[in-house]
Amino acid sequence: MQDRIKYWKGIEELENTPEFEKHAHNEFPEFLPINGAEGGESASSGKTHRRDFLKLLGFSMAAVSLASCEAPVRKAIPYLNKPVDVEPGVANWYASTFYQGGDYNSILVKTREARPIKIEPNPSSGLTPLGTSPKAQGSLLGLYDNNRLRFPLIAGKEAKWEEVDNQIKSRLANVSGKVAFVSSTIISPSTKKLIDEFGSRFGNFEHVTYDVNSASGLLQANGGVIPGYDFSKANIIVGINADFLGTWVAPVPFAKQYIETRKINPDNPAMSRHYQFETILSLTGSNADVRVPIKPSEEAALVSALHSAVTGGSASGTAVDAKLLATVVKDLQANRGKALVVSGSNDPGVQELVKAINTALGAEGSTIDTAAPYYVKQGNDAAMLRLIEEMNAGSVGAVFFYNANPVYNHPLAARVASGLQKVGLKVSFADRVEETAKLADFVTPDHHYLESWNDFEPKRGFLSISQPVISPIFTTRQMQDSLLVWSNQSTDFYEYMRNNWRTVISGNFNEGWEKAVHDGVLENGTSLLKVSAPASTASSAIRKIQPSAIEAVVYEKVSMGAGGENSNNPWLQELPDPVSKATWGNYVAMPRQMAVDMGVKQDDVLKVTFANNESIELPALIQPGQANGTVAIAMGFGRDLDVMPVAKGLGASAYSIATVNDGAVLYTSGVKLEKTNATSPIAQTQTHHTIMDRIVVQENSFAKYKENPKEVTKYVRIATHEGPAKPAAISLWDDYEYKNHHWGMVIDLNSCIGCGACTMSCNVENNIPVVGKAEVLMRREMHWMRIDRYYSAKEHEPKDYAEMEHPADNPTVIFQPMLCQHCNHAPCETVCPVAATMHSSEGINQMAYNRCVGTRYCANNCPYKVRRFNWFAYANNDKFGFNEPMNNDLGKMVLNPDVTVRGRGVMEKCSFCVQRVQLGKLEAKRENRRPKDGEIVTACAQSCPTEAIVFGDMKDPESRISKILARQQGERAFHVLEELNVQPNITYLTKIRNLA
Amino acid sequence: MISCILKTQSKILYTFLLALVVSFGAFAQASEQAEVAQKGVDPGATEGAEVTTGDPAVISAGEALFKNNCAVCHSAGSDVIVGPGLQGVTKKRSESWLISWTKNSQALIQSGDADAVAIYNQFNKQAMPSFAFSDDEIKSIFAYIDSGKGVVSAPAAGPEGAVAGENVGTDAIGAIGGYLDIVLVVLIIVLIVLVVTLLLITSLLKNYLNKNRQLNEYDAEVVNQRFDFSKVYKSNAVRSLVVLIFVVVLLDLTIEKTMGIGIQQGYAPKQPIAFSHKLHAGEHQIDCNYCHTTVYESKSASIPSANICMNCHSQIKTESAEIQKIYRAIERNEPIQWVRIHNLPDLAYFNHSQHTQVGGVECQTCHGPIQEMDVVYQYSPLTMGWCIDCHRETPLNTEGNGYYDKLVELHESSSKGAFTVSSNGGSECSKCHY
Repeated sequence: MQDRIKYWKGIEELENTPEFEKHAHNEFPEFLPINGAEGGESASSGKTHRRDFLKLLGFSMAAVSLASCEAPVRKAIPYLNKPVDVEPGVANWYASTFYQGGDYNSILVKTREARPIKIEPNPSSGLTPLGTSPKAQGSLLGLYDNNRLRFPLIAGKEAKWEEVDNQIKSRLANVSGKVAFVSSTIISPSTKKLIDEFGSRFGNFEHVTYDVNSASGLLQANGGVIPGYDFSKANIIVGINADFLGTWVAPVPFAKQYIETRKINPDNPAMSRHYQFETILSLTGSNADVRVPIKPSEEAALVSALHSAVTGGSASGTAVDAKLLATVVKDLQANRGKALVVSGSNDPGVQELVKAINTALGAEGSTIDTAAPYYVKQGNDAAMLRLIEEMNAGSVGAVFFYNANPVYNHPLAARVASGLQKVGLKVSFADRVEETAKLADFVTPDHHYLESWNDFEPKRGFLSISQPVISPIFTTRQMQDSLLVWSNQSTDFYEYMRNNWRTVISGNFNEGWEKAVHDGVLENGTSLLKVSAPASTASSAIRKIQPSAIEAVVYEKVSMGAGGENSNNPWLQELPDPVSKATWGNYVAMPRQMAVDMGVKQDDVLKVTFANNESIELPALIQPGQANGTVAIAMGFGRDLDVMPVAKGLGASAYSIATVNDGAVLYTSGVKLEKTNATSPIAQTQTHHTIMDRIVVQENSFAKYKENPKEVTKYVRIATHEGPAKPAAISLWDDYEYKNHHWGMVIDLNSCIGCGACTMSCNVENNIPVVGKAEVLMRREMHWMRIDRYYSAKEHEPKDYAEMEHPADNPTVIFQPMLCQHCNHAPCETVCPVAATMHSSEGINQMAYNRCVGTRYCANNCPYKVRRFNWFAYANNDKFGFNEPMNNDLGKMVLNPDVTVRGRGVMEKCSFCVQRVQLGKLEAKRENRRPKDGEIVTACAQSCPTEAIVFGDMKDPESRISKILARQQGERAFHVLEELNVQPNITYLTKIRNLA
Repeated sequence: MISCILKTQSKILYTFLLALVVSFGAFAQASEQAEVAQKGVDPGATEGAEVTTGDPAVISAGEALFKNNCAVCHSAGSDVIVGPGLQGVTKKRSESWLISWTKNSQALIQSGDADAVAIYNQFNKQAMPSFAFSDDEIKSIFAYIDSGKGVVSAPAAGPEGAVAGENVGTDAIGAIGGYLDIVLVVLIIVLIVLVVTLLLITSLLKNYLNKNRQLNEYDAEVVNQRFDFSKVYKSNAVRSLVVLIFVVVLLDLTIEKTMGIGIQQGYAPKQPIAFSHKLHAGEHQIDCNYCHTTVYESKSASIPSANICMNCHSQIKTESAEIQKIYRAIERNEPIQWVRIHNLPDLAYFNHSQHTQVGGVECQTCHGPIQEMDVVYQYSPLTMGWCIDCHRETPLNTEGNGYYDKLVELHESSSKGAFTVSSNGGSECSKCHY
């Protein structure tokens, strides 16, 4: 008999805590402090006196009468001189590129009236044609950040550019000692060339590449490049602490490759098998078929054992279950040339072994494209460490910081700060006065990437361009232009870059260049970027990590990035972590067993003491799947800067966990934990909007699927006197007739990796407000789309003690994007007393905000819990100042002008991007034709890097969605909560796992 | 300031009587709006028979070119705008002369061409700008002028616009005033006649009865009783009636005024520059699209930028005080701040191209007789009811549009009524609210 699978969203649901019970039964928080603190006694007592009521009544009558007589005079201000290609009301699209800490996306930028309002994937790109990362979507708001520097600074004071240039030039002319240029990885061929030319003037110049979450070890073992991994060619994938779908190297291209082997072609079913050994429960681990928690100190032994087993020896010396390891080895050996092992370790020794494993498995030339390595990480830890020592020794005369903030995020931050005291000239290109820029003599703010020209080569032979899509908002200057000015060149960077491209464009240069700028990419196989093997290296011996009672790791969050670049981005702060579902801040993620042993409960504040005796205090989050004896803390928090008001006071910095071990930075060390008496709630969304114990996700094994695809999905049947019937067959309601379009969506649970790009994209497209930590804690987040993450484990017979490990120790994970299901028999529509929500003739469940009176009956009656209520005015409200897109004039430029900003007291929800549907239909009508399939897509579907979401017209028999539905009906296609017979227009496809 | 209390007094009477004839009024309203809608949809019917023998494709290409480039200064008829009317010009001049003149008139004048110099002098040495058209394009323009299409269309707009303009400045109730006035006058006359007749009859009867003196005491008292006002005043029925009327009027006024909040029909603010649509669109027949460049492409029709004004006003009426304001704006690099007349609430999405290009709706249908407005005012109420009424009544402009092919068939097979905007989902919430 098959074991029943139990699904749960968090420990509180698994253990059914009273708190969870209470929330599950009360969808809405009980009270709403309408008048806030300033309301006075009568307001806080919650009673309104008769006289107050009459006063209010009188006032509102007077206000209404006044308003009726006087209408505000509104201005219509046209261009003085309209640019030829800007048509008011019509969007323009420009190809560009987003690159940050390894996360590369070739993008299209949507602009309206010359201001960027949305980022979409660039389908012309060979690397990232499908979707974007959540960070790329969110990066848009960085452009409109009110806290960016508006002018250059000399010693912290506002200055003119001429003055800055003169002073820097004269000080550079007299510089003595080494000149260092510290940057995060630069994949721009022209920028790199320019930096080298800039440095050639100085006798002693070094360009030090410093990555916060570095791949130094990997680079050293592979001659300065990242091997051209191709997950799409792998049958067996073994990941060891490498979160390649979330944060490691190039997650968006990797996710696309990975999912190619995970999507199941019903006519020829095949699927890769993915083993993951890791400490934290990462996004990648959540998607693995077999996941094994290991401690950081066990990693080297595991890799050695794998190496020895693959090369014919025996797998010994590792704590990992021998039976399981034997299965892995068997699978690997059976798939020579079709297997891939990746490791996230930053130890060159471990990476040498991983390379040897891949060589032994014949991966090179098949699952590793040796001709096209990745360049997205080039950080050299050894060089950075040496520079810190040189600074402290006083031998550095000048240092430049570009996209690098080591005073905040280097493990030896204190040494960096002390070293900087001894450097004569310190220049930072930071966009605000952050930790490193505070110590700099000059801050020469760089443009935002959407204001700049640049080129990129993330992978050999894959060139792309970014172009300015808005004229600079502030008097900033692109770093490259600054360098050109300081080296007395008269060309600007645009010309410089064009000249540099003359070698790669064949034929008519101007035509070729225009085309490259238009397409955003040039993939003709030629390469521009010069990458050489690292000059300074660390020893390639395997480093021994001393096991300690509590081993800690510091890790990069999928949505936040490694170095705190996005700290001031409220969109990204409120995007729930894919796995922990926590927002606004970091925490100590600890396994359940450790929490029980220490007597720690969720939200209890712990004092974490690092190896260097510094300590921080953070609340505990009980993370199922976290390796026992380990804790994990995310990078990028603990900013205490007034120029980052959104991030100020959130979490604590844990870079001190990273330690220098024999010249390599390892992101792990032993820590001491002490319980304090304080608690600090973590704004975790995992159990919000719970669907209780109903079966909403479906999964099955690949073996079962191959056996009989018709049996992998459980369909609910209702008992009738004529025998079991489909729920849809018994209905009180009449069906709608769809004559024109019938919009629908298919979500493939096999393809969804849970990254959250769709949620972020939906936020941007639909002007969804950011509500802040306090309101998230009140379960009032506004995201129209959420990704439900369910943990699951098999339920065993109660007597079967031997088998019964605790389900929270290593649960399997399943992701389910949940949004308005646009039910054909929608329960929300029938209960609205004012008909504010009703059905359209195209199958869309419409929501008319201006008709809504806020009874919230619809949300109560929605079985999917996808409706969101505006408890407050989030726009133009100082109390929600962090909601930057709606509360300051600059931030408001990011709003989508085609979507209403909702007011207080109305319900809202997914609209199926009706503005896009309407526009798509209009475009078709204007061209006297029917809309083409794929022309109209929702924001979520467009941004999905794995094509998990397919949107289309179910009336069109030739559309992709119709074909999928026709093929999958009775096999993997199912509706969530089909037994309710609400007949959703969203269909899910059962997740298939390739279990070992 | 909106006319808040202007018509209140007359309204009280109107509204009360309106209640009496409410069913009639509703009928009148519906029928009239249907008429307006019908008129509006007629997609810019090109009146007059085809005079031309030329290829219609060439002529329509020429028409587009003419309207976008030439119509600012030339009419296709005989009247002078800035330059001469072009009717019959092909008979006066040779084709090659016309082509070289169009391409570069100054060069022709410099070359000493007698005709060219004569025209130049005749029109105050106003230089015609050069146009980089191909020969075929220029030929198509003159083919259009020869076709005479541009001549006939000119007066057609006038009377139609005038009819549509009658209801200007009235609101939802006032809009049916035209009929109501007549009805009221007739009713009042009938009532007066009735009352007078009745009074006459009473007095006749009274006189007759008194003369005959056959009445007993009781009857005499009845016949000769004095009309007692205090009894009427004290009568419960009369009092209730008065109170009822008062309440009904008050309620009606409140509802009407509340519903009218935010409606700015008739709003005609003073603009920073006294631009006259009557002059430009009316007299000079400049196509709307020439200045409102995105009206067929975008959701907004767009207010022209100063560089569009400069296309002509770099040459024409340069000394006018109003034009000087444009020059100043350009010199100071400050855009002109027009006062927005048509204000839809933020919650409503409206797209011009949907209506103009796809729907074939004339500008005047919503904006009224714009070609007669010296100062533009808001012609339509722009209320949701107004939008929906039009969507319910207006048949879709499906002709030749591949989008609707199947839909028309489907509609015809299932319904006898017209295939209106609404029957294609055009009155659903999320067509305009999202």
